[in-house]
Amino acid sequence: MPSTVSRRPSRDCETDGVRVLVAMSGGVDSSVAAASLVGSLGASAVVGATLKLWGGESDSGCCSVADVDDARRVADQLGIVHHVFNFAADFEAHVVDPYVAGHAAGRTPNPCIECNRHLKFDRLLERAALLGFGAVATGHHARVARDPDGTFRLLRGADAAKDQSYVLAMLGQDALARCRFPVGDRTKSEVRAEAARLGLRTATKPDSQDVCFIRSDVGRAGFLADRVPLHAGRVVDHATGDDLGAVEAVELVTVGQRRGMGHGTDGRRRFVTAVDVPARRVAVGPPEAALAAGQVLHTVTWVDGPPAGLAGGTVPALAQCSAHGRAVPCTVHPGPDGVSADGVSVDSLSVEFAEPQRRVAPGQTVALYDPSRPDSVLGSGIVG
Amino acid sequence: MTAVRDEGDRRSYFDHAATTPLRPEALESMLPLLTGEFANPSGAHAESRRARVAIDDARDHIAELLGAGPGDVVLTSGGTEADDLAVQGGWEAASATVDDDGGPGAVVCSAMEHPAVLEACRALARRTGAELRTVAGDRWGRVDLDSLAGACTPDVRLVSVMAVNNELGTVQALADVADTVRERSPGAVLHTDAVQAVPWLDVAAVTAPFDLVSVSAHKFGGPKGAGALVLRRGAEVRPRIAGGGQERGRRSGTPNVAGAVGMAAALDAATAGRAADGARVAALRDRLADGLAARVPALVESGRRQDRVAGILHLRVDGVESEALVVLLDEYGIAASAGAACSSGAVGPSHVLVSLGLDDVAASSGIRFSLGVTSTDEDVDHALDRVPQAIARLRN
Repeated sequence: MPSTVSRRPSRDCETDGVRVLVAMSGGVDSSVAAASLVGSLGASAVVGATLKLWGGESDSGCCSVADVDDARRVADQLGIVHHVFNFAADFEAHVVDPYVAGHAAGRTPNPCIECNRHLKFDRLLERAALLGFGAVATGHHARVARDPDGTFRLLRGADAAKDQSYVLAMLGQDALARCRFPVGDRTKSEVRAEAARLGLRTATKPDSQDVCFIRSDVGRAGFLADRVPLHAGRVVDHATGDDLGAVEAVELVTVGQRRGMGHGTDGRRRFVTAVDVPARRVAVGPPEAALAAGQVLHTVTWVDGPPAGLAGGTVPALAQCSAHGRAVPCTVHPGPDGVSADGVSVDSLSVEFAEPQRRVAPGQTVALYDPSRPDSVLGSGIVG
Repeated sequence: MTAVRDEGDRRSYFDHAATTPLRPEALESMLPLLTGEFANPSGAHAESRRARVAIDDARDHIAELLGAGPGDVVLTSGGTEADDLAVQGGWEAASATVDDDGGPGAVVCSAMEHPAVLEACRALARRTGAELRTVAGDRWGRVDLDSLAGACTPDVRLVSVMAVNNELGTVQALADVADTVRERSPGAVLHTDAVQAVPWLDVAAVTAPFDLVSVSAHKFGGPKGAGALVLRRGAEVRPRIAGGGQERGRRSGTPNVAGAVGMAAALDAATAGRAADGARVAALRDRLADGLAARVPALVESGRRQDRVAGILHLRVDGVESEALVVLLDEYGIAASAGAACSSGAVGPSHVLVSLGLDDVAASSGIRFSLGVTSTDEDVDHALDRVPQAIARLRN
């Protein structure tokens, strides 16, 4: 990524006449984000771009011609230029291929997070900088704030039910300095009301659901079955190893899953505690066996570098383990890969929950928040 | 009206291969048909008879200028429909005379065809079980004749090779293509998509050995929504649209009378001005090419100039994504094209450049400046000023 913006920009990005490229998916949030920018900066300072991410068939997300048309028509209505950027090759390489490979290895990747990491806040930021835009805006429900010392903070969106800070938790200072989330301080109903007030055609468009590149009639199983061999496997008791049954495809089973795993002899539901693809084996156990005292994270990122005190010890945090999960108290300390040569950054991170939590599937992301500012993201990592 | 940063500043249009302005002669010829002379030519009254005279005169004129008999011009909605009718309808007609024991047959096209031909061939192959053989281009952007010869076996029923490539502007060796096909696949119907040829070449002459020829009015100053398929040597097509049996049963639907008249007028004007316009536009194109080469390092001009039509300059810009370059040039007031936009408007690696053996990165670095009869020296000066700035910025 080009380093065209310093880590602590001295200019006030909100008022310096910066030109903004707004990513328009064809949905209501990014439509209102664009409208809001036009209102504050003027139409000549805003350009819309729709990302063509998936070349295959899909029925949701931001890739269909109908969605591009919606975005283009909203841009026309707002009086801004609109372009389509074809990032399909990058999307395949950085999102779809790792998603498929992850499942083939018994992991459960989060493709939305990888898309944000590699496409929206890397490839698009790079393209925007090349084209002379000072910032990229999206319709995410999150907020960027700035401390008096110039540090950027990533905060939860104002609408707790729609907060998307979890899927943005990998952003650092370079990206946050160039990000705008214009709807982050509004509730979803306020966004829809604003779209309706402006007469935008996307005002009543349903929210996108699920994984954008998987058609609902094909489903995750069908999508993966077309791309990797799926293997039948045995279901065994996590403690005794007793054979309890079979699954059609071990690659489609996720740690923590209970659907399809039946009940134990005590009548309680069973949960998946481990997936071993090479052994074609799924381990299950009672609810308490699905709990973990902690998790080890890799691919660790920080909004503003590692917290003070991490290199030498333990730091309190709040851990959110899914997009709409509850953030729970925890402590974090350098993981088994320890502290890097620079003595600050950590390659892996151990999270110890204050109370045992449902085990997070390998490949899923844990977002960390600041206990002293519970809306503020500290960083993120992927469960090993 | 959308706003751009330098709205109101000069804009220069270099996308004539996508579409070119309506010629004044075409507009004038169409106005009566869009106003008073509105009738459906299929009726049995005086109003219809006048409309029928208008469309029949237009058809006669188009036939004469394209080297066909008047009964051998099928008026279509444009180049894509003409290509589909030629490939799929031509295949059906050709297959009607083939022995059922002859196997599913094969269809051959160049790999650098416009999607209108490529996708028609793919659809045909899926639908009929025919084998589709695509023939790669050489490094100069011309269909490789040895590969074509290899693909042309006796079971080939249809061959489609474009007259002029729409991205590179390269004129294909149509006489050699025809000789190769006639020798090796004597039963094959021979089609050429001549959509990019009309403003620059004598289409009647260069496509003379071909059985089916597609043209599109808006590429030479006619209106959008009008095109034609020329049939020669008794070649026939099965209709792709069922209905009232217009166009001698080959293409149903109320004819686009104004479109046909405008197409004829534009074709007339393009033909009359071809020599002078071609020389003038080629000089502009060469000045643009030479000026950019002098100002911008690591530019590769696609194809040899002697192989190309006057109106198209295609460049590969090392280290630049054409999608970004087109966007920046738009902001700088220059309308150019990356050559390969899909229906959503996104740009991908050019299948034409891939067919010449380039990798995806190189195939995503192409930009097309296409000129037309309305192009001016001022346009070229503007491009020579702005294009180097844009490329320098993207390479920085």
